Amino acid sequence: MSDSPILAVKGLRAGVADEDLDILKGVDLALGPGEVHAIMGPNGSGKSTLAKVIAGHPGYEARGGSVEFGGEDLLEMEPDERARAGVFMAFQYPAEIPGVSIANFLRTALQSRLEDGEELDLFDFQELLMERMELLGMDASFAERHVNDGFSGGEKKRNEILQMAVLKPALAVMDETDSGLDIDALQVVARGVNALREENPEMSVLLITHYQRVLSHIVPDTVHVVVDGRIVESGGPEVALELEAQGYEEYRKAHAA
Amino acid sequence: MPSNEIIQGLGLDDYKFGFVTDSEPVFKTRPGLDADVVRQISARKDEPEWMLKRRLKALRIYDAKPMPQWGGDLSELEETLSRTYFYSKPQEQMERSWDDVPESIKLTFERLGIPEAERKILAGVGAQYDSEMVYHSLKEEWESKGVIFDSIEDGLKNHPELFRKHFGTVIPAADNKFAALNSAVWSGGSFVYIPPGVRLETPLQAYFRVNQERLGQFERTLIIAGEGSRAHYIEGCTAPVYSTDSFHSGVIEIVVNRDAHFRYTTIQNWSNNMYNLVTQRALVQQGAHMEWLDGNLGSKLTMKYPSCFLVGEGAHGEILSIAYAGDDQHQDTGGKVIHVAPNTTSSIVSKSISKGTGRASYRGLCKVYDGARNARSNVECDALLINETSRTDTFPYIEIDERSATVGHEATVSKVGDEQLFYLMSRGMDEAEAMALIVRGFIEPIAKELPLEYAVELNRLIELEMEGSVG
Ligand SMILES: Nc1ncnc2c1ncn2[C@@H]1O[C@H](COP(=O)(O)OP(=O)(O)OP(=O)(O)O)[C@@H](O)[C@H]1O
Ligand SMILES: [Mg+2]
Repeated sequence: MSDSPILAVKGLRAGVADEDLDILKGVDLALGPGEVHAIMGPNGSGKSTLAKVIAGHPGYEARGGSVEFGGEDLLEMEPDERARAGVFMAFQYPAEIPGVSIANFLRTALQSRLEDGEELDLFDFQELLMERMELLGMDASFAERHVNDGFSGGEKKRNEILQMAVLKPALAVMDETDSGLDIDALQVVARGVNALREENPEMSVLLITHYQRVLSHIVPDTVHVVVDGRIVESGGPEVALELEAQGYEEYRKAHAA
Repeated sequence: MPSNEIIQGLGLDDYKFGFVTDSEPVFKTRPGLDADVVRQISARKDEPEWMLKRRLKALRIYDAKPMPQWGGDLSELEETLSRTYFYSKPQEQMERSWDDVPESIKLTFERLGIPEAERKILAGVGAQYDSEMVYHSLKEEWESKGVIFDSIEDGLKNHPELFRKHFGTVIPAADNKFAALNSAVWSGGSFVYIPPGVRLETPLQAYFRVNQERLGQFERTLIIAGEGSRAHYIEGCTAPVYSTDSFHSGVIEIVVNRDAHFRYTTIQNWSNNMYNLVTQRALVQQGAHMEWLDGNLGSKLTMKYPSCFLVGEGAHGEILSIAYAGDDQHQDTGGKVIHVAPNTTSSIVSKSISKGTGRASYRGLCKVYDGARNARSNVECDALLINETSRTDTFPYIEIDERSATVGHEATVSKVGDEQLFYLMSRGMDEAEAMALIVRGFIEPIAKELPLEYAVELNRLIELEMEGSVG
């Protein structure tokens, strides 16, 4: 474990706003700079909920515990403030924005990071975008497509990675970005993430996944197993291999007992 | 990158509106309307007898017709009209060159950002100030091609036969109450004639602006596109904010002759106390194409339904319409396509946005007469609601008397979704920016058809409007 964590989640209890039931029932997590933590767990165990609470989705509320990012109270910040501070979430199910091209979208996102009165240089932007697309092996025409509008599952995931590569976050929360990708696309995504980590060794990644496969490309420092809103086990990459072989049955039983 | 994306980043001057510049009209009638006022207007313009007679007859039609009971709420309009000045003339003479334009008027143009456009299209600008053209220059190239681009008054003076042959033929005074009113008191507007076969690459542009409190603006435009000609006419307007109700009621008549292609683009942004009741219609002949691109923002109530009468075989009509209804505004807009001849085709695409307590209604008519064999028409209207209090409704009237006709109608209503907003905010945009981006995306299919300056202007307006929608 490294010095002070970039992301510190302590005793986090959270659920859907205006509903009593807790989905997260006390989550503890400390992610050091440059670390990759994988989160695995059965469907409905609360993985996406954790990601959305970190990103600040207004549909969820934290009812106990704390989330700190770079020493700041993340729960006090609006979602856009979090993003500007360096938090990025790659969505499991990203929204469609008809009529808005990816290029336009990313330009607006970058512009929003500048001071009032400062204008994004269009040519610099264009260069960055092209360079990032090349890094991810994407065709330039992709940037002209409307954000997620009519995209295949795989295209949506690639779009998330492209955004991440352009916005260069300090913390990337990737919610099943590997699901629904073909083998080649998975490699592209993994290469992209690794290239970003090389560029910025301080970048931390919280990687939510169901599959060991992606973890052989993006090697985690720690693997956490979430069952029913709690982390029930944390360990090295071998945890993922064991899960692959045995499934969640053991954890479920232990938890139910 | 599409050009309208590039220009969004150019950092044009801040969009400014909502101001009044001092400028004393040289002449103005007393408020309210009767035959005397009409006589004064006609005399002031030094009109031929036939025109005065037309005006007086139109006044009688206007007086006889009841206020429409459909569309928007017109209950306060009578009172507004009694306070309206039906004619005001800022200067005695038409200005010929930019140097002759008085400083106060230039200032107004400057505040509107018009000098930007001036550099590019100066030679093509006809600007209407108060009720008349004060500045009007015509590109030499057009003159050499025989194109006429005049104020409506000069059109009548200098081209009496052509004028008389077409005036009131597309929209007769008896068409509706406000067409009658306009026919009685019209003042200002453009007269355009494109000779057969002439193709214009640069659009004809007319800027105009209402600057006189309680001034009724009754502009009248008559356009004749000759056989096989091609042209694009653009009209834009930004009005200052008034303290009392205002009224605008224009009439725009277009004759699109055989095989001609004509596009009329207008973006109107009226102050929030304005009644805007406009009749605009094109008569589309055999093989000809007419396109209306119509953007309506502001006003208290707008009732406006650009129409295409497809009277020649194979004629095509298209109406693209954007309406934005903010707090306390009602946009009652849409389009009408009338298929009279065989193999005529048409399409209406309407996009409306309602914010706050705004209401946007789509009102459209598709009529296919018996004998208009294989006529095809398609209507698509999409509404976007910003807040819980925003309102939209659709009134599609479809009347088909021809069995071989194909008519499609599709309507959607969407709300700005929480997931969309969160997605954009999670990328760093604040709520207003996120909202503006979603709205811009929504109107993109139409906005991309706009000339660059207008696309920029529209984007800025949407940004400004969205800043007020959050909280
Ligand atoms: N907005 C919501 N409204 C109601 N229930 C919700 C909502 N969001 C999450 N839940 C419930 O909370 C639980 C956890 O959901 P979550 O999406 O976090 O699971 P997950 O671990 O990401 O599952 P998966 O592996 O299928 O993606 C589920 O039972 C889910 O139905
Ligand atoms: Mg999930």
